[in-house]
Parts: sequence; C-alpha cells; structure tokens
Amino acid sequence: MKIKQLSIFLENKRGRLYEALSALAKEGINIRALSIADTSEFGILRLIVTEPEKAKEILEKNEFTVKIANVIAMAVADKPGGLAEALKYLYDANINIEYIYAFVEKSGEKAVVVLRTENLDKTISLLQQKDIKLLSWDDVLAL
Amino acid sequence: MEFWNQELETLESQKLRQLQFERLKKTILRVYQKVPHYRAKFQEAKVKPSDIKHLEDINKLPFTTKEDLYVDYPFGLVTLPVEKLIRLHTSSGTTGKPKAIFFSKKDINNSADIIARCLVMTGAQRGDILQNSMTYGLFTGAFVMHYGAEKVGILVIPAGPGNTERQITLMKDFGTTVLHITPSYALYVASVILDKGIDPRKDLKLKRAYLGAEPYSEETRKKIENMLGIEIYNCYGLTEMNGPGVGFECKYKAGLHIWEDNFLMEVINPESGEPVKDGEIGELVLTTLNREAMPLIRYRTRDLTRIIPEPCKCGRTHRRISRILGRSDDMFIVKGVNIFPQQIEQVLMSIKGVAQNYQIILESYDEMTVKVEIDKELFDGKIERLIKMKEEIIDKIRSATMVKPKVELLEPGTLPISEGKAKRVIDNRTI
Ligand SMILES: [Zn+2]
Repeated sequence: MKIKQLSIFLENKRGRLYEALSALAKEGINIRALSIADTSEFGILRLIVTEPEKAKEILEKNEFTVKIANVIAMAVADKPGGLAEALKYLYDANINIEYIYAFVEKSGEKAVVVLRTENLDKTISLLQQKDIKLLSWDDVLAL
Repeated sequence: MEFWNQELETLESQKLRQLQFERLKKTILRVYQKVPHYRAKFQEAKVKPSDIKHLEDINKLPFTTKEDLYVDYPFGLVTLPVEKLIRLHTSSGTTGKPKAIFFSKKDINNSADIIARCLVMTGAQRGDILQNSMTYGLFTGAFVMHYGAEKVGILVIPAGPGNTERQITLMKDFGTTVLHITPSYALYVASVILDKGIDPRKDLKLKRAYLGAEPYSEETRKKIENMLGIEIYNCYGLTEMNGPGVGFECKYKAGLHIWEDNFLMEVINPESGEPVKDGEIGELVLTTLNREAMPLIRYRTRDLTRIIPEPCKCGRTHRRISRILGRSDDMFIVKGVNIFPQQIEQVLMSIKGVAQNYQIILESYDEMTVKVEIDKELFDGKIERLIKMKEEIIDKIRSATMVKPKVELLEPGTLPISEGKAKRVIDNRTI
C-alpha cells in the first residue's frame, strides 16, 4: 500500500521549478500530485508521477538532486470533516505526520491525499483497521 | 632504532629554548655584520643585535619577505665568500627571477642530518630501499632527501619523476620499500599500478611514502594509503629553508614536528604581523638557527598553519604544526575580523550532508555569504534536516570566525569545480 514519491531539492532561483516540471512533461511523465515545502532560500518539491524511476532518471540527467521515498495515498470523503476524521485516528495512536498534501484528481467521490508519517507500516495497518481506503499503485495510475 | 639523535630530538623544552636563543643570537650577529641589506633593515627598525635579550624579543626584528631575496641579487644575503659555497638551489618566483639559495658544505650536511631524523622518526632504517621520485635539479626536494637517506644507510634509487612504467619496474625489480614523491604523482602511479592488475600488498614491498611539495588533503592521503596498502607521512619544506624536512610527521601522523633547534617558528596574523594565540591559524614565519651560508630572519612563508602546542606521544619535544592549510594571501576581512577560507572549510568538513565544494561571497564589509552544495548521496528529501543543517553551519562558522554568516544551500554541481586552486572567495566589494 506504499506508493513512491519523488523529493527534489530546489534552490529558490527563478525558473528551477519550471525546469523540473517541463523536463518531465517533455518525456511524457504525468504528475498526479505535487507539493512544495520551502524556506526563503531553498525548498523541496514533492511529486507523485506515473513513472517514478524514469522520472528520477530524467531529473538527474537535468542535474536535479532527487530522492525516492515511500508515502501513503488515502481516499477520504470529499466533505467537511472527511480528512479530520482520518487524522484523528493517527493522533489518538500517537503517530506523527511529517507532511500531507492532496492529489489533483479525485477517486470517484473521494478526495485523495498523500500522507507521510514517521511509521508507515503502523499507519497502514491502523487506517486499514478503520476501513479507510488506501490506494494501491494501480489505483494511483488509474486516477 | 627510534631516534636518529635522541638527545636533541627529546631535549627538555627549557633547554631547547635556551639552545634556540643562543643560536638566534649568533645568527642575528652574523647577518648584522655580514649582510648590508640586513644591517640596513635592522637600522630602519631601530634594533641592534644587543637588543635581543630573550627569545620573545624576536618580534622586534623585521620580517624577511620574498622581495628581500631579490635585493642585491643573487649574492645579496650570503654571508660567505663564493669559495665557501658548494651548492645553489632555486625556487620559482612569481616575478620572473627565481629565488636563489646558497649552501655551504656544513649547511648541506646539516640538512641531510635533519632528513635522517625525519626518516628514522617514521620507522625507516638501514635495509630500506628508497625510491626518490622527486626532481633532481634546481629544486631542493630530491637532493636533500637523497643525502639524508644515505646518511641513515638506506639504499637510494634516484628515479626522479615521470616514466611511470619504469617507476613501477624499479619498485618490482628492486623491492622499493619507501617512496618520496609528490601527492599528485603518487595518486597517478597508484592508479596505474592497480590498472595493471598488480596487487601492491602482494606484488610490491612498499611500506611507506613521504608526500610533500604541494598541498593535499587528508582524504587524498587516505585514498593513496588504501590503494597501495602503505603509510603516508606528510612532509613540509621550502627551498628558502633547505627544502624538505623543516616539518615532518612521526609515526602518529598527527601534525608535523618542526625541528626547533634548526628553525625558530612563529605563527602570525598576516595583516598585523602580531603573533596569534597558540593553536590559532596564521602565517608560518621561520628563522634559520643553524645555517651559515644564507641565514634568513623571520622569513614570511605565506603558508597558513597552526601550532599544536600539546606534547606528542612519540616523546619528541619539538612542537608540531598542522598540515599546511593554504596561503596567507587568501585572508579577507569582514566586520574587522580576519578570516581564512580554511576556517570555513574546516567547519564544512565537519558537517554531514554538505559537499566539499564551497564559495564565500563578499558584497559588503560587514557581511559574508557562504554558498555550499548539499551532498547528493546524503539528501533524504526532508526539509527539516536541511534547515537544521543550515543552522548548524551558521553556528559553527560563527564560533570559528566570530562572524555570523549568511548560508545558502545549493544544488550539487552549481559551484565551479575545484581544480587545484579553486577560487573560493569572490570579493565584490569596490572600496
Ligand atoms: Zn611525534
């Protein structure tokens, strides 16, 4: 139930984000989810893409520093409180969230969020117990 | 045999200082009486030999710089008539003319004796075979080592540099156990040896190598040591001071012993000329204490190092310096504080997650920006770690230099690649 995410180091200089995204677009890589964590001078671009290994290669060829990390994609009801409910389970189980961001596309009537916690295995089994839908890699590709 | 000259090498500090002072007085008197240029310099500084009453009084004396070596060129600083000189060596100068250094028979003999101490200090002895791959020529490097090794009773192969095939054949045929070589050539020879499928640990008898004449890092030392399965000892010298052997590492490889009965060392702030505190980085200044043909007083080496005041485990009382950290011309000033790029470099080397490449940008007199590349291999995608790392760099540079820098983390490969002397400091200040 883990899916692969790219983390890319970005200097906050003009055009670097554009360069990363256009390098991927040129090679037909689709972006399913994106987020940027940044400080005033540098940031990290996080991407869920259709072909993570190939995307990493393309980015490295363009001199980006890239790391592939595992994350969870979870589907929550697209209504007020939908996400909060899921997060409360983690909170009660004392699992810290490192970051969270949303997919562009929905899965049916549900919104999809990317989640990274300090303990992915524990998070997965907990959410599955609570009947929260986690997306497999095939689910992600089908979005 | 552990010592070549145990008595002098382990001379009690107090007695060593006394010996230094006696030799200093003699040296000063000699140049004052025999070298018009020194006499004029002393008079200009309003100091006479009799004003030097303690070792510390040395700072009343004027410095000798490279420029002084060109005054009354070429014999201007020589204290003996030509018929007493037996050797000339030169060192390439930046201004066209080479710097010429003259030696008497006693001087040559003495520099060989110093090298003998160095060799024995690293465990070399009779029965060893030394392949001397430095240049035999105007440069002092090869000759002094050659004589010193012969003195110990080591078999010397005067290979000279170059012709790598032959170097390797010599090693194989004669069972070379010791190499004297430049670091860049050592790295090359080692890679050729491995490329040929020779296993240096089995097929060769190499035990140790002396690397000097050009700066190299601790990483380079380890790399060559691992490639060849040998111990590498750092050696320091300059033609103006007899060549190699001024400073040499003992078997503990923790800094270079300076032979203080032969050289009086000071480490100064290159800007003010004042001594720095023991242990702080500054420019190495050397006075010859045992040279007759061409004594030099307070010679500015332009080399940056620091004194290691703690006694060495080997029992030698002669103090050590750190490996040469760079050139004093690299110093710059921010907020009125003298800073060397090497201080920044040392901080960066101590931090995990940054690459070795860096640049210091100066836009004004009260701010410096340090640009560092993150280490591709250690990038883990976590922004918190990068923020923490950046704060650590700022803190450590501030405590090393007293100036709080701005730090920018860059993508790997952003900064120009360092080839030998990389341009580390970009000074855009106009006034
Ligand atoms: Zn020692």
